[in-house]
Amino acid sequence: MDIIRAIEQQQIRDDLPAFEVGDTVKVHYRVVEGTRERIQVFQGVVISRHGSGNRETFAVRKVSFGIGVERKFPVHSPKIQKVEIVGRAKVRRSKLYFLRDKIGKAARLKERAY
Amino acid sequence: MIETILGRKLGMTQLWSDDDRIIPVTVIQAGPCVVTQVKSVKRDGYSAAQIAFGDVKEAKVNKPTKGHFDKAGVAPKRHLSEVRLADDHSVKSGDVFTVEGFEVGSKVHINGVSKGKGFAGVMKRHNFRGGPGGHGSHFHRAPGSIGMCATPARVLKGTKMPGQMGNEKVTVRNLEVVRVDAEQNLLMVRGAVPGGKGALLTIRKA
Repeated sequence: MDIIRAIEQQQIRDDLPAFEVGDTVKVHYRVVEGTRERIQVFQGVVISRHGSGNRETFAVRKVSFGIGVERKFPVHSPKIQKVEIVGRAKVRRSKLYFLRDKIGKAARLKERAY
Repeated sequence: MIETILGRKLGMTQLWSDDDRIIPVTVIQAGPCVVTQVKSVKRDGYSAAQIAFGDVKEAKVNKPTKGHFDKAGVAPKRHLSEVRLADDHSVKSGDVFTVEGFEVGSKVHINGVSKGKGFAGVMKRHNFRGGPGGHGSHFHRAPGSIGMCATPARVLKGTKMPGQMGNEKVTVRNLEVVRVDAEQNLLMVRGAVPGGKGALLTIRKA
């Protein structure tokens, strides 16, 4: 068991900032197109963090041209170049799935300093 | 060269591949295995090597077993297994081999004993559909018809019925070796293998 934990521990990245649910983040994600590689930035609100250890994932939601887009990333993925925290908000729950049903002004969160 | 090694399943986890995809892997503590006896065509009628794996307390080994290990000049081990060899091999008693013989990217066949599920009904054992849960139905998990009438007037052999499920020898073929850790005697293969954690496995090159 400890051997497995050691294998998992090796994969954990500690270079990412400690972002939380409610934070607005920019995820710099490496995308391979054929032979070319480029960085894609996905900006939105972190609406969940799920799992633990090397399996942990987080979901980012943004509204793009009026359409809600959500994307899940493994926290410890080598494809994530960096995560920038753009803003933080005061939230009272661990999953912000209620944002899916809110439109426009109602989908705002109470900002807090960071 | 011996193409088979014994190991113990440690459990499953995930690794990142070179192109940064998640690979589900089973971690196996395999080897080092030691040859305890060589069977020859002249003496036994066929060529084979008896291999041993796993630590065991010396006090737990009975005298006949200990004598067998002493004859090969090796410390007693927990598990013994026999593997067939080509007639023109160069394997000697006392030879030690490890996971280093396995290449990353190559395929292996793994067999072990699956987790026992006990006496299971047809829905669990053979994926029968079963009946409706409610609406006055009295037919829930039963197998239904098991055959015809006066012709053939018997149940056909091999008809799927309730019975013991699991706790049987299962072979999973063509699993890819994802990583080999010679230092810790670890072998990581893509996908699942039979048995629970700690189960004894036989890993054979495909």
